[in-house]
Amino acid sequence: MTKTSIDVVINHEAHRTADMVARRSYGKLIAFLAARTRNVAAAEDALSEAFASALADWPRNGCPNNPEAWLLTAARRRLIDAARRRNTSDGAVPQLQLLSEELEVASAQTEIPDRRLALMFACAHPAIDAELRAPLMLQVVVGLDAKTIASAFLVSPAAMSKRLVRAKTKIHEAGIPFRIPEPEELAPRLDAVLDSIYAAFAEGWTDPGGTDIARRDLTEEAFFLARLVVELLPAEPEPFGLLALMLYAEARRNARRNASGAYIPLTGQDTTQWNAGMIYEAEVILHHARTLSIIGRYQIEAAIQSAHIARHRSGHNNWPDIVTLYDALAAISNSPVVAINRALAIAEIEGPRAGLDAMPRLTNDTRLNQYQPFWAARAELLSRIGACNKAREAYDMAIGLERDPAVRSFLQQRLAALT
Amino acid sequence: MQYLLALYSQEDGWKALTKEQQEQGVAAYTAYGEALRKAGVYVGSNRLQPVATATTVRLVDGKSQVLDGPYIDSKEQLAGYYLIDVPDLDTALAWAARCPGASHGIIEVRPIWAY
Repeated sequence: MTKTSIDVVINHEAHRTADMVARRSYGKLIAFLAARTRNVAAAEDALSEAFASALADWPRNGCPNNPEAWLLTAARRRLIDAARRRNTSDGAVPQLQLLSEELEVASAQTEIPDRRLALMFACAHPAIDAELRAPLMLQVVVGLDAKTIASAFLVSPAAMSKRLVRAKTKIHEAGIPFRIPEPEELAPRLDAVLDSIYAAFAEGWTDPGGTDIARRDLTEEAFFLARLVVELLPAEPEPFGLLALMLYAEARRNARRNASGAYIPLTGQDTTQWNAGMIYEAEVILHHARTLSIIGRYQIEAAIQSAHIARHRSGHNNWPDIVTLYDALAAISNSPVVAINRALAIAEIEGPRAGLDAMPRLTNDTRLNQYQPFWAARAELLSRIGACNKAREAYDMAIGLERDPAVRSFLQQRLAALT
Repeated sequence: MQYLLALYSQEDGWKALTKEQQEQGVAAYTAYGEALRKAGVYVGSNRLQPVATATTVRLVDGKSQVLDGPYIDSKEQLAGYYLIDVPDLDTALAWAARCPGASHGIIEVRPIWAY
């Protein structure tokens, strides 16, 4: 081998290691670096500089045995340098001292404590704008860039970066702590963490073909975060419920579209296309969640998915069970989305008229009026009772509100079939 | 970190209370101040005179313009403050929630600029 080709191999090895550490431990390293100072932005800058020096150093000197500790030490030195440069006044002294002490501790130990969950709870703090919690978690815990996040949440990249910077500044300057909340205050914050993960998953899941890399990554990261929460808070049932719910949905991904990309509703899906392994894992997880004796939104939603899957596989009519589950969900969530799905289940048992009676009423609530599934459900039930004109109007609304071309064309076919 | 708990409330609400209720209110604030001191987080506090006493000043073309009234004319007005020194925002929010003002008004929690 020539010197150049050896260099290429070493270089490749260094890049591969750095890439692996970035994928596996980015959030863990950021969480550790920012735990004391709460300065996420400074930690991100320091870590990216540490990665740059790793890519310069590792090809020459070989990859270290513990690349994470290497990166952490390099990043800590940069944080200290930056603090020194930025601030020579008295106020900086305690901070510098703290960082130096931690640097020694960090260099001495090989195991890096996992503070990711504490960082997630900081991002899900009620003082952070609710709409920014999921994007912020994806950026600081997962390491996705603002551009990718912006496209997933349908916001302009410039606006998203600006808002993320503002949120990170708030964590630092308002003194939002990195900690797992006490049991009595855990529930609302855990809800926010789970909601953020589910929002990320749902964003990824709306990708029509499952081919958009950024969105595909979002579902993968949502699974990663859900599994992390389950691992770190094993006594909490709802994270298990969420993980099961996501697995049920993911298991049907391939069956949602036919070969030409057209949308297939649940009732028309080929069950052999479902991922049986994922469904089995979901069943086991959901069963385990039930043994923890506290029922919650995600467990019920997962149970509904489980019931739909059981019906399609066995042909056994279990709509009454589904209505019961929706009743339980309605009792804790009071959401119009739940009411819509409950009405569709009632229609399966008592007929379309009863379903229409159970639908939420049109109100001044623009969120309901602009919610595609509301109009699609109305249209479906109206067409079943033969109210063609009203059904047509409802389909027009649903089609106008849908952003997925495959679903749009599915609704257009239903509309065309009316006449 | 030091945080300012700024207490906003409706002055009319206070005036509408009976004498007994007002006494209870004062006692609640006294107890709260005592709790802050005992916890070692108290830095300072003051109650403000009613907003009718407020005067606003700004410079317009180099001349000071003085106007009668508060900066923002809304139902809730700044009525007083506590300055506390606690480790983080969660602790500050917990103290703000215990403040009697939280049950009849709004409390804005702001960190003091750190040097």
